[in-house]
Amino acid sequence: MNDRYEVRLAGVGGQGLQLAGLILAEAAAIFANKNAVQSQSYGAEARGGPSVSEVILGEGDIDYPKVSEPDLLLVLSQDAADRYVPGVRKDGLIIADAQHVERLHSERRVLRLPITETAKEATGRPVASIVALGVIAVVTGIIPRDAIRQAVLSRAPKGTEEMNTKALEAGFALGESALASAGKK
Amino acid sequence: MTMQTLPPIHEYLRSHKKFPHVWCAGCGAGNVLGSIIRAVGHLGLDRDEVAMVSGIGCSGRMPVYADFNTLHTTHGRALAFATGIKLAKPNMQVLVVMGDGDALAIGGNHFIHAARRNVDLTAIVVNNGIYGLTGGQVSPTTPMGAYATTATYGQIERPFDIAKIADAAGASFVARGTVYHILELEKLIEQAIVKRGFSVVEVISQCHTAYGRLNMMPTAVEMLKWQRDNTISVAAVAAGKSAEGKITRGVLVDRELPEFTDVYFNQVVARAQELTGRAER
Amino acid sequence: MVVEAATVRFMQGSEAVAEGAMAAGLRFYAGYPITPSTEIAEILSRRLPRVGGVFIQMEDEIGSLAAVIGASIAGLKAATATSGPGFSLMQENLGFAVAAEIPCVLVNVQRAGPSTGQPTAPAQGDVMQARWGTHGDHPIVVLTASTVRECFDQTVRSFNLSERYRTPVILLLDEVVAHMRERTVIPAPEDIYVLERPQPAVPPEWYFPYEETDADVPPLASFGEGYRYHVTGLFHDRAGYPTLRQDEINPWFERLFRKIELNVDEIVQTQGEMLEDARTVIVAYGSTARAARQAMKEARAKGRRVGLLKLLTLWPFPEEQIERATRTARRFLVPEMNRGQVRLEVERVVKGRADVVGVHRYDGTVITPTQILQALEAH
Repeated sequence: MNDRYEVRLAGVGGQGLQLAGLILAEAAAIFANKNAVQSQSYGAEARGGPSVSEVILGEGDIDYPKVSEPDLLLVLSQDAADRYVPGVRKDGLIIADAQHVERLHSERRVLRLPITETAKEATGRPVASIVALGVIAVVTGIIPRDAIRQAVLSRAPKGTEEMNTKALEAGFALGESALASAGKK
Repeated sequence: MTMQTLPPIHEYLRSHKKFPHVWCAGCGAGNVLGSIIRAVGHLGLDRDEVAMVSGIGCSGRMPVYADFNTLHTTHGRALAFATGIKLAKPNMQVLVVMGDGDALAIGGNHFIHAARRNVDLTAIVVNNGIYGLTGGQVSPTTPMGAYATTATYGQIERPFDIAKIADAAGASFVARGTVYHILELEKLIEQAIVKRGFSVVEVISQCHTAYGRLNMMPTAVEMLKWQRDNTISVAAVAAGKSAEGKITRGVLVDRELPEFTDVYFNQVVARAQELTGRAER
Repeated sequence: MVVEAATVRFMQGSEAVAEGAMAAGLRFYAGYPITPSTEIAEILSRRLPRVGGVFIQMEDEIGSLAAVIGASIAGLKAATATSGPGFSLMQENLGFAVAAEIPCVLVNVQRAGPSTGQPTAPAQGDVMQARWGTHGDHPIVVLTASTVRECFDQTVRSFNLSERYRTPVILLLDEVVAHMRERTVIPAPEDIYVLERPQPAVPPEWYFPYEETDADVPPLASFGEGYRYHVTGLFHDRAGYPTLRQDEINPWFERLFRKIELNVDEIVQTQGEMLEDARTVIVAYGSTARAARQAMKEARAKGRRVGLLKLLTLWPFPEEQIERATRTARRFLVPEMNRGQVRLEVERVVKGRADVVGVHRYDGTVITPTQILQALEAH
C-alpha cells in the first residue's frame, strides 16, 4: 500500500490526456517492470466536460483500482484545476500548465510550468500531454525516462514518432529546469 | 437415398415415431409439411444436410415430424436461431417454418432483418390469420372486420401483407401460395429452397377451429373454397385476367442479390486474413 | 496473431474477455451494441474473421442469443456479451439454452439500473437476475472476475464448464473490471486448458441427445453430422421429442439439476485470504473485491483479525466455503454495488450463527476501501 502512487491527469478533451495516461501506465507496466492500473473515467458529460485520466502505479498488487487522493495531479485547464486541486493528498504535487491555468490556490506543492508553450516551441504543435509526461518523469522520479521513451514510441501513431519524441525530450528539459529553480529557492 | 421402395414422404418423415400429429383434422399445417417434404424429396436433398427450424404456434410443431436436424425454438425467434445454424454450417439447407403471429408480430424484427441481411434461409410463413394454438386471438394478418376471441366486435387494425414486407425488406425471393393450390405450393417451396438468398413463401392456410368458426366458415372445406375463390395466379393476371379484390399467387419477387454467407466468408474473412498477414507477420 | 509464449500486456478487462474467448476456441459471436460491453464485440469483430470464425451484429439481444444457440447446436463454440437492458432481453433464450442443454457463454458487464439507469456507471445489481431471470425453476452457472487476468481465465473456464455440463454459463462482470487496464500475464496457449465438446460415441441410430448417462451429461451431436434429432424448449423425452409423461419429465428435470449440483466442487471457486483466524470475513466479488482486499490489508495492519473470501463463482452459491468461514467468523461483511443480493445468500447459509452486515451502494459509484473500513469499525 505504501508504494501506491496515484496520478490524475486532467484537462479538456483533445489534449491527449487519455493517451498520456495509457503511455504512463504502459511505461510502468511493460517497460519498467512495475505494476500499473488505469481505470476508465467518464466526465460528468460525455463531451465538453473535463477529460480525466487516472493511473495508479505501484511495485506490488494494486487492489483498489480508482484514484482516491492523488499523489500527483496534472492540470491542463482552469476548469480541471478548479475541480480537482482540492482533492490532492496533503503531501501531493500539482503540476499546472501556465498558459491554461491562471488561478490556482493550494497548500500543496505546486509547479506552474509553460507546458503548452514548450510543446509549441519544440514541435510547432500543442502536444502538451507528452511534454507533461516528460516533466512528470523528471520531477517525480516515478518512472524511468527510458521506459517512458519506449512507451511513447510504442503508442505514437505512425509518422508522429519524431514529433512525440521531441516533445518528450523537451518535457525532460522543462522538468530539469523546474527542479533546478526549485532547488535555488 | 436409402429407402427407394418408399415414397419420399416416408423417407423424410419420422413416420414410426411421431404420429399421430397434434393438429386439428382439416388444419393446413399438415398440408404445408407435406408440400415441404415433397419439395425436399423432389430435390433429392440429403436429410443430414437439412435443418428445419420453427418458432411457437401450431406451425412450431411441424419440425418434430420431419426426419431432419430439427429445432423448435422460442416464439418469433426461429429466424435468428436459423441464422446461427446457417453461419455455422453454410452447406446446410435451413428451412424455417413460422406462423403469421410468430413471424410478423413477435418475430417481425427478426423477419425484416433476416430479409435485409439476405442469409440463405427458406422462410415458410403459414398464414392462417389467427393465433390458433392459444385459441383464436387476432394476429397481424387478421383481416379488418374479422372476428376473433380478442376482437369480439371485429378487428379494427389493418393486416400486414407478408409478401410486400419481405419484398421491401430485401428478400431475394418472395412467393405466395395457398393450401388449396397444393401442387403449385410444392413448386414454390422447391424454387424457394433452390434460390440462393433469403426466400419467403407465404402460405395462405386455414384454421377453421379458431378462425373459421367465428367467421362463418366453420369447416376446413369452406375455408379451402375461400382460398380457391379469392386468389388468382400471377400467370392469370399476366394473361389479362383481373386481380380486382383477389390475392395473387405465384412468384412475386425473384432477384439476384449478394448473399450473406457468401459475402462473409469470401470477402470479410478473406480481407481480415489478408490484412492480418500484412500487419502482424 | 499467434502467441506462442506467455505474454505480458497492459490490457483492459474487455480485451481479456475477448482474448480468453479466442483462446477457448470461440468461433461464433452474435451481439448487439450496448455500453459498457461493446468493446468485447468490437474486438471480436476483428479477431474472429481472421480465424474463419463468424461475427455478426444482430437486430437485438434476443436475436443475438438465439443465433448463438443456433451456432452452438451446429457445432461451434459460441458466445455473446451484453449489459443490463440487453441481459433482460436475453432471459427468454437463456431459458431455452438451459432447457435444451445447449452450451454457450453469455458475458454481462453490469451497469447501474434498473432500466436504462446509468449506462457508464458500475453496478452489481444483476446477481439475482443471473440466477432467476429466466422463468421457471432451473439451474445456472455464473462466474465472475475481479482482475483483468481473471477476466481471461474465467472466460476460458466459462467455455469449458459450458461444454462439460451442456449449459449456458454467465460471466458476470462489472463496468470497472471490464474497462480497467492493468498489467496482465496471458498464459502460453499450451498452458491453457481447453475442453472440446464431447461427441457421441454411438452411431446415429443409437443416439439419444437427452438420455441418462453416468455423468448426467449426454454428449451433444452437432447438426449436420448425421445425427438427426429434435431440440425443443418443451419438456422432452430422451430423444428430444415433446412429452407430457411425468415418468419422462421428472427424471429429466432431476438430471438437469443433478449435473450441476453434484459437481459444485468443480464449478465453485473462491479465493480465501487471511481466513485462518478471521473474526470478520469480508465476502466480496468483482471489482468490489479489490476495494475489500485493500481494506482487509489496512485492517490487518492495525492488528484486526479480518479475512477476505473472494467469490469467483456466484452460482451455484459457494455455500460450503461460507459454511467453513463460520468456524472462526463472528461477523460477515458483504460489500456489493446493490442493496444486498449476495448478502441475502450469505445470511441464508450463516443461519444466524454470525452477524451479516452489508456495505451497499447502488448509485453508480464504486465502494471504496474507506467505506469498507468504516463498516469494519462501526460494528
